[in-house]
Amino acid sequence: MAPAPLVGPNGGRQATAAPLSSFAIELKGVSKSFGPVQANRDINIAVPRGTIHGIIGENGAGKSTLMSILYGFYRMDAGEIFINGTLTPIPDSQSAIRAGIGMVFQHFKLVQNFTVLENVILGAEDGPLLKSSLTRARAELEALSREYDLDVHPDALIEDLSVGHQQRVEILKALYRQAEILILDEPTGVLTPEEADHLFRILAGLKARGRTVILITHKLREIMEATDNVSVMRRGTMVATVKTADTSPEALAELMVGRKVLLEVEKKPATPGAEILSVSDLRVKDEHGVERLKGVGFAIRAGEILGIAGVAGNGQSELLQALGGIASASGRITMNGVDLALRGPNANGQTRRAAGIAHVPEDRQALGLIMDFAAWENVAFGYHNAPEYQVNAVFMDNAALKADTARKMATFDVRPPNPLLAAKSFSGGNQQKIVVAREIERNPDLLLIGQPTRGVDIGAIEFIHKQIVALRDAGKAVLLVSVELDEIMSLSDRILVMFDGRIMGERDPETTNERELGLMMAGMTGKGA
Amino acid sequence: MNTLPRWADVVLVPLICLIIAFGFSGLLIWGIGQDPAEALRIMVQGSLGSTYAWGYTLYYATNFMFTGLAVSIAFQASLFNIGGEGQATLGGLGVALCCLLIPWPHWTLALLGSIAASALFGAAWAFIPAWLQAKRGSHIVITTMMFNFIASALMNYVLVNMLRPLGSMDPASARFPAVVNLPKLGEILGLVGIPFSTKNPANISLLIALAAAAGVWGLMWHTRLGYALRAFGKSEKAAVYAGISPVKITLYALALSGGLSGMMAINAVQGEAHRLLLNSVEGAGFIGIAVALMGRNHPFGIVLASILFGFLYEGGSQLALGTSIPREVITVLQALVILFTGALPYMVQRPLERAFAKWGAR
Amino acid sequence: MDLAGILQILDSTIRLATPLLFACLAGLYSERAGVFDIGLEGKMLVAAFAAAAASYATGSVWLGVLAGIGASLLFAAIHGLASITFRGNQLISGVAINFLASGLTVVLGTSWFKLGGQTPTLTGGMRFDDAPLMGLLHLPANPVVELIFGHSILVYVALAMVPLTWWVLYRTRFGLRLRAVGENPAAVDTAGVSVTGLRYAAVAITGVLCGLAGAYMSMSLSAGFLREITAGRGYIALAALIFAKWRPWYALMACTLFGLLDAISIRFQNINLGFVVIPGQFTQALPYILTVIILAGFVGKAIPPRAGGEAYVKER
Repeated sequence: MAPAPLVGPNGGRQATAAPLSSFAIELKGVSKSFGPVQANRDINIAVPRGTIHGIIGENGAGKSTLMSILYGFYRMDAGEIFINGTLTPIPDSQSAIRAGIGMVFQHFKLVQNFTVLENVILGAEDGPLLKSSLTRARAELEALSREYDLDVHPDALIEDLSVGHQQRVEILKALYRQAEILILDEPTGVLTPEEADHLFRILAGLKARGRTVILITHKLREIMEATDNVSVMRRGTMVATVKTADTSPEALAELMVGRKVLLEVEKKPATPGAEILSVSDLRVKDEHGVERLKGVGFAIRAGEILGIAGVAGNGQSELLQALGGIASASGRITMNGVDLALRGPNANGQTRRAAGIAHVPEDRQALGLIMDFAAWENVAFGYHNAPEYQVNAVFMDNAALKADTARKMATFDVRPPNPLLAAKSFSGGNQQKIVVAREIERNPDLLLIGQPTRGVDIGAIEFIHKQIVALRDAGKAVLLVSVELDEIMSLSDRILVMFDGRIMGERDPETTNERELGLMMAGMTGKGA
Repeated sequence: MNTLPRWADVVLVPLICLIIAFGFSGLLIWGIGQDPAEALRIMVQGSLGSTYAWGYTLYYATNFMFTGLAVSIAFQASLFNIGGEGQATLGGLGVALCCLLIPWPHWTLALLGSIAASALFGAAWAFIPAWLQAKRGSHIVITTMMFNFIASALMNYVLVNMLRPLGSMDPASARFPAVVNLPKLGEILGLVGIPFSTKNPANISLLIALAAAAGVWGLMWHTRLGYALRAFGKSEKAAVYAGISPVKITLYALALSGGLSGMMAINAVQGEAHRLLLNSVEGAGFIGIAVALMGRNHPFGIVLASILFGFLYEGGSQLALGTSIPREVITVLQALVILFTGALPYMVQRPLERAFAKWGAR
Repeated sequence: MDLAGILQILDSTIRLATPLLFACLAGLYSERAGVFDIGLEGKMLVAAFAAAAASYATGSVWLGVLAGIGASLLFAAIHGLASITFRGNQLISGVAINFLASGLTVVLGTSWFKLGGQTPTLTGGMRFDDAPLMGLLHLPANPVVELIFGHSILVYVALAMVPLTWWVLYRTRFGLRLRAVGENPAAVDTAGVSVTGLRYAAVAITGVLCGLAGAYMSMSLSAGFLREITAGRGYIALAALIFAKWRPWYALMACTLFGLLDAISIRFQNINLGFVVIPGQFTQALPYILTVIILAGFVGKAIPPRAGGEAYVKER
């Protein structure tokens, strides 16, 4: 099936037979766990000097953890790091900097009200007085800026710069520290296409001058266009390292996604009814003013499940937040023929619930539950104004609420079935069941459900899936957002793929396949299935 | 994450903090050449040894119940209201205006009037900083602190230029008409046959404070507003998901908090002084912080902590009378309670968690 | 008002602004590093007491200064421990420190000196020379010369601290890192510099400057320690810091303004402007009112250091 010859997981090891000095970085047997979660397992990788090396993988594949180990943010549990052929322990960031490693984080580490110059020299000053540092840095910055076409003014304040320019300041910081190896973590996530193109020109320039670049991304197009070699990570392991020229997007997509066991969900064919929700030109900006949802439009009918596939961070969260009344948006949302408020005091979770929209948020611990509240208090969360939970105009009916919670816990098989227990005392699956029970039992016209089975055990997954299908069969509309492709494929009646804040296209789950969806998720338009 | 059993978190942690604070204070007393055990005996004797002494203890405790409840409501919403002092000052003004300007026929009506006036004045004084925080992003701690000083200057002005009776040099209002004087606690207890001294300032306000504590309990755990307020305090993000407005909750929480602080004046101004004095609050607004922290933000805990601080406060006065230990020893104790329960909770919690983990594993 | 009156007001403005300036700059270091400090008042108070007590015991004003700084540093260490190491609530810690100072100074003072909480009057070498420069430079005694040169040495130290602070903050490596750690500690951490070390250093400087503020209060402005001698000046300094938007030269202006208001309200009950009488209480409350207005952003928004008030936890 793989069209290109792939190097197996031990490719790195074989490669060490070459002269030591030809590799800028070698990782051997790197492992790292966070509690019971193994984020990296026996990772081997060798990056030749003067190349651009891509690392690609789904969310949670362990890419960022690996790079944080390389930058001294985490300590690995086992393994060795070689820099230019020399065994180099990296216990902290300072050691990484000394070893010539520079890192451009996804979230920039810049001081907003400092100038570019000040940010660049911070931590890398020449001596106790700034004057000489600033003079030297200014000259060097101008030289670097010219050499790599960075176009950054040394005296500009960071807060006045565009996101793209801020990123270049991060690159300048690394170069000023004489980084020979530059790691960029999802660098184009916040960039406009023009800015991204500029970034890749800069990276090419770095490579041309003999520096090594590691590019972490989930976007196949970038891998194909910019890298020399690419390593694929999946679930904490390095599954392959290949020459980019020898592979294809299709092969990479398959490696990245893996062959997943399709979950069996019994479901009858959908019988869609009237249109429940219609969305047009929906746009959402984040707190930095960057547009994360860039004009999205679709409709959902009664009795169908619309699945949204995509790698996390491509606008799905913002879509759910806009629909759920959490984030301000522009555009238009029509629910049962009525336009909903998109900003201002009427755009909130209460008015959305009143309009018949229930919302199981992506992050149940941060949004869906109050972890310190008891289960029965969480069952009222968002519905604390509901008439059936009140004794009279003044008091809430805690007894009725507890009884209702006990009933819901029985229906949804929440364990232990104790309404008095705090949410944080339940397992992830049972926490999710509490949230799903609360939202589904309201019998909403539209259910928004994000990552319904993240961190949930197999038994609960099956149960939650059944509930979603049952709601559909009862003639309700469901919008399902998930980064798990198999979940999307087995549950959805229609699939939309999101990439970079836009909808890449719609597919029928009966006729599409994972490879096609994987390509679309990585920004390549799939061939019609 | 806190892994202590609930009883340990609620009872053991504050108790250990209290013991540490008492330990340090004892050391201080010993350090200045006095006998800590004897000091404790005098304090207990002087503040709990008779119904007369109990009356003073309960009078102070009443003040602290109001201010402690006030601080705790704001804490529940994750807001730190440090302005109890100023809000209680304004509450005093409300009570004085109410008692002086309206010819009340009976103390019961006057009491209702002054409850409303004190709560309203206190709430208004807290509402401005709350609005500035919710709408303009000013830091609530700094603004409520500034409002303490502004309140004190305002009070000074009002007393000197407006409420001071002609010919008086004292910066205080005229005495309230005798009809508005509140019944003493001793008189009330006498009605049900319990002998209790009437020669102390404890008065009916204690019952109002207890009712307020019950009211706060009902509000926090049995109403929608209390629910929303606690949810907001635990997680602002989640509250927004549930459709709870941060602006409204901030305003409500601070208004309730300020109202309770203001109600302290019923006890101190109408119940005890019978006129408005320059510093009628006497630091009770700040003691409310210690009381709320010590009482674990729960009305029941706050009532207990208030009585404890009432005992300390009155005991401190007795110390100053009976020994050469100054009453400010109590301020030190109070500072240590705030430090250990409020600023260094992990210092007590973490070793305790480890001990419990070890104990549980065995 | 005559010229002599104006000179007198200006003279007391300088003297009253000095402790504010010390405390304000003290707060500036701490808050610029991201550690909120509402315990300036407490540190000043304990320093004023320790300074006066040590000076009385040893007869040396300089040993007094050392004791004042030592006591203030001790309190700063408690604040550092609570807010940096144990990641506790910085505001509550500040409140506790203020009470601790308030209680401790009276308890120790009463038991040591049996004067109801104050120290005995300091005389001769136990106090700062009122006007050392006048004699040193052989200047003629005339009100204008005295206004400029006729002050205690600490007044000039405080004034010198303004350009010094500016220089440290904007011209040294330490200052750059200090400002950065108050804005974005993650930037400092990823650059390989210790966040904890920087914050402790800042809190220690705050301790030293509060120590000087307290020493000035009890050994120069007054001749000995009195109960609550600082009388809320720590809070006014905090207000001045906000008013100055956490910048040193503006701090000088804010402290001078607030010192002037203090001097005016001490000298005059009310100010009659002919068409309106400004009550003295209003003058007293003005610093606080101005601070609230600035905080609310009605006149030029005061934006505190972005990372202020939060302990730094490395993100996962």
